[in-house]
Amino acid sequence: MTRHIRFAAVLCVLLLVALLVNATRLQVFQAADYEDNPANRRQTIARYGQPRGNILVGGRPITGSKDTGEQLRYERTYLDGPLYAPVTGFASQVYGTSLLEDTEDGVLSGADPMLAPFPLLGDLTRARNAGGDVVTTLHEGAQRAAYEGLGGRTGAVAAVEPSSGRILALVSTPSYNPEALSGNGPSVERSWVGLNEDPDKPMLNRAARQTYPPGSTFKVVTAAAALDAGVVTDVDEATDSPDPYRLPGSSTSLTNEAEGCADASLRAAFMWSCNTVFAKLGVRVGVGDLAATAQAFGFNGTGMRIPYAVAPSTFDTSVDAAQLALSAIGQYNTRATPLQMAMVAAAVANGGQVREPYLVERTTRRDGATLDTAGPRPVRQAMHPATAVRLRELMEDVVREGTGTNAAIPGATVGGKTGTAQHGIGNSGTPYAWFVSWAQGERDVEPKVAVAVVVEDADADRGEISGGGDAAPIARAVMEAVLGG
Amino acid sequence: MIKAGTTEARADAPAPAVRLPRRRGIELALIVVAVLLSVYGYCAVGIARHGAVPPGAAGYGAGLGVLALVAHLAVRLRAPDADPLLLPIGVLLNGLGLVLIYRLDLETPGDRAAPAQLVWSTLGVAFFIVTVVLLRDHRVLQRYAYVCVAGALALLVLPILFPAVNGARIWIRIAGFSIQPGEFAKVLLAVFFAAYLAANRGALAYAGRRVWWLQLPTGRVLGPIVSIWLLSVLVLVLERDLGTSLLFFGLFVVLLYVATGRTGWIAVGLLLAALGAVAVGWLEPHVHSRVEDWLHPLASIEAGRGPNQLSQSLFAFASGGILGTGLGLGHSVLIGFAVKSDFILATAGEELGLAGLSAIFLLYGLLVERGYRAGLALRDPFGQLLAVGLASIVALQVFVIAGGVTGLIPLTGMAMPFLAQGGSSVVTNWAIVALLVRLSDRARRPYDQGPA
Repeated sequence: MTRHIRFAAVLCVLLLVALLVNATRLQVFQAADYEDNPANRRQTIARYGQPRGNILVGGRPITGSKDTGEQLRYERTYLDGPLYAPVTGFASQVYGTSLLEDTEDGVLSGADPMLAPFPLLGDLTRARNAGGDVVTTLHEGAQRAAYEGLGGRTGAVAAVEPSSGRILALVSTPSYNPEALSGNGPSVERSWVGLNEDPDKPMLNRAARQTYPPGSTFKVVTAAAALDAGVVTDVDEATDSPDPYRLPGSSTSLTNEAEGCADASLRAAFMWSCNTVFAKLGVRVGVGDLAATAQAFGFNGTGMRIPYAVAPSTFDTSVDAAQLALSAIGQYNTRATPLQMAMVAAAVANGGQVREPYLVERTTRRDGATLDTAGPRPVRQAMHPATAVRLRELMEDVVREGTGTNAAIPGATVGGKTGTAQHGIGNSGTPYAWFVSWAQGERDVEPKVAVAVVVEDADADRGEISGGGDAAPIARAVMEAVLGG
Repeated sequence: MIKAGTTEARADAPAPAVRLPRRRGIELALIVVAVLLSVYGYCAVGIARHGAVPPGAAGYGAGLGVLALVAHLAVRLRAPDADPLLLPIGVLLNGLGLVLIYRLDLETPGDRAAPAQLVWSTLGVAFFIVTVVLLRDHRVLQRYAYVCVAGALALLVLPILFPAVNGARIWIRIAGFSIQPGEFAKVLLAVFFAAYLAANRGALAYAGRRVWWLQLPTGRVLGPIVSIWLLSVLVLVLERDLGTSLLFFGLFVVLLYVATGRTGWIAVGLLLAALGAVAVGWLEPHVHSRVEDWLHPLASIEAGRGPNQLSQSLFAFASGGILGTGLGLGHSVLIGFAVKSDFILATAGEELGLAGLSAIFLLYGLLVERGYRAGLALRDPFGQLLAVGLASIVALQVFVIAGGVTGLIPLTGMAMPFLAQGGSSVVTNWAIVALLVRLSDRARRPYDQGPA
């Protein structure tokens, strides 16, 4: 019997070995698969188990965390949620994250391995690092001025620092409070449905993710292309431009709202925003050179990130002459985000150089130690420096005595360009009012701010929508805020 | 089939004439370690959860310590030659179970199970002491074989008269206590099987009919035991407690093999087990769904119905990794229902990791090994079979439930010995340890001495 007891014992050993091997398979070799299974709530619980890092503007946090004591413990809160919504996005326990909350999630949630004070220590202790902070480039005064300037109207403002590409303001109205999407109660679902069904689209980031026909503000690009290509060599020389201008190969004639555009010089045409002159200039420059300049400014570029993705601005390159004429004055298939138009103004102010815009100055650990900084951004030369000098002059003229006098700031050098963009089928929609500008304070060695403002106001009478009237005062307020502090 | 002739010579070596050391001091030291480890676990939970040692730590440690010491004294006085590892292993596993249940109680403030479990543990240890003190010789049990089997069947039939709980008729609820009589029946059946097989060992070897290569014993010998086994299995199928049914079957096959030495029994047993499993898995929807879950544990997630208990259990084990999350820091409570009983091992796996889980498995392995060792050293067939049977109960039970919650075999509801919440189970396990202590005491006692 002894022998059989031994064999039975061997059977028990086999059972034990089977259990140990299976446990090893489960806990070592398949652990990662199970950990990453979306139905496994552990990662979610860990993610919300500690306060989320903050997003900072001007050294002050504009976000916070609220301890709910529930399974998903900490919920996101926002100070001035609607003001910063196009920058922060939301951090919802049900609907995920968007914008900066999304792209910087690793740092904010503490998942980024760089947050660990010592490498590999976290793997051993399994302690999650405290969420780090994200310091933005935003200028609080500029942001607030833009938001208040837009008021109840629908529109967007983007402001950048020309020499660096730092984004100083990014505003979209109507806005929403992202805090309504934090948490996971039934009110969050109601908010989500309500915000998505709202015809005003409050969650749409109009400053960076909505393109508009840029209208006359695109004439900055056309002028740059004409000067660079040598089509125009003297800005004060009369151009050979009829008024009205019959679009080549068609029976449609283009007219102007301003008088005296026939054979106007580039300076005068720019000052009074003559469509006929720029349409014909565009045709003379040709689609190749005009598209090349537009692309140097950032048009047709996909994959621009600030760090979240920006909607690509477009300049159609497969056009006939009539379509090219319309494209040159910012119509037809030419579309731009407000951020893109701010980059256009910034390039003029920065000697023709375009800096990639960015929102995140640096990321830090909870204790303030720097993790990562923005570093130098790539530079593109959009036009000759000499062209930039002449365009600055033209833009200054617009503000001094042209269509953009509303943007003038006493004691500062301001250059700008108005725009009124037609849209809709047969241009039936209410036009968009545009204004792009830059400003240099008295004591500054270079322009400090470049702004693009778009106001789409469905309530206003069509004739009253104008870049100079509606958009320029907002741009001025933003520029004043930056120059003043 | 099996020709391990080289081990045969050593197996029947004569027992050494020198007296084995009693090692009661080592037992005491190990008990102290077991109690300290349990108290440490209790404190670790409190520190992880609230940043402070829980207020009841001293009381808990003192309670467990006093129980263990009294049990040790009982062993020292009444079973001085007993194996010194059995009692410390029982204390450590029971203490660890209490820690895990206390830790899970923190997640379910409305449903505290640790206090009741502590009461049942006390009862279990008391039963252990009573058994060790009163049962002077295990051979007494042989006389009560038929009383045991009658009692076992009665206990198995009893819950049928009570309403089903969670799909299985295995509980009786009296005055707020729920008792699982099938747990006690295990020990009684082991005693009966051992007694019957020991008495009829010679007869079972008689040649009966021959079916192909298999030499069957005569029907007169085999009849009663097969009918009792069939009856117990039938009762269990009616009660839908497949785990215990599997356990009885395994116990029966192992003891039959050990008693008769016929490897054919293993083949027949495995064949019957396979047939039974297929039949039950096919016919019984409750069991069928368990098999489906085992084959495709994540199917309910892919179907959009969210994770089921088994996948939550696998998530918990996977989350533990090699070193575990630390006591009190896991999320095994996501398993939901039965997290403190059938799925208690998932909490151990998540919070103690593969390291802790392996340690627990090895503790069980050691307990079983000590039982088999006693079986090898004993000289009466009843004692041998009883020791092997009791150890096999522990081994099979651990395998069935641990294999179930880790996805090795289809999940059947069963309590992890000592760890899981459940009073009947704790008392039964202490009874098993008590009998093993008694058996090992007899096994290690020198020939010439009578009862100490």
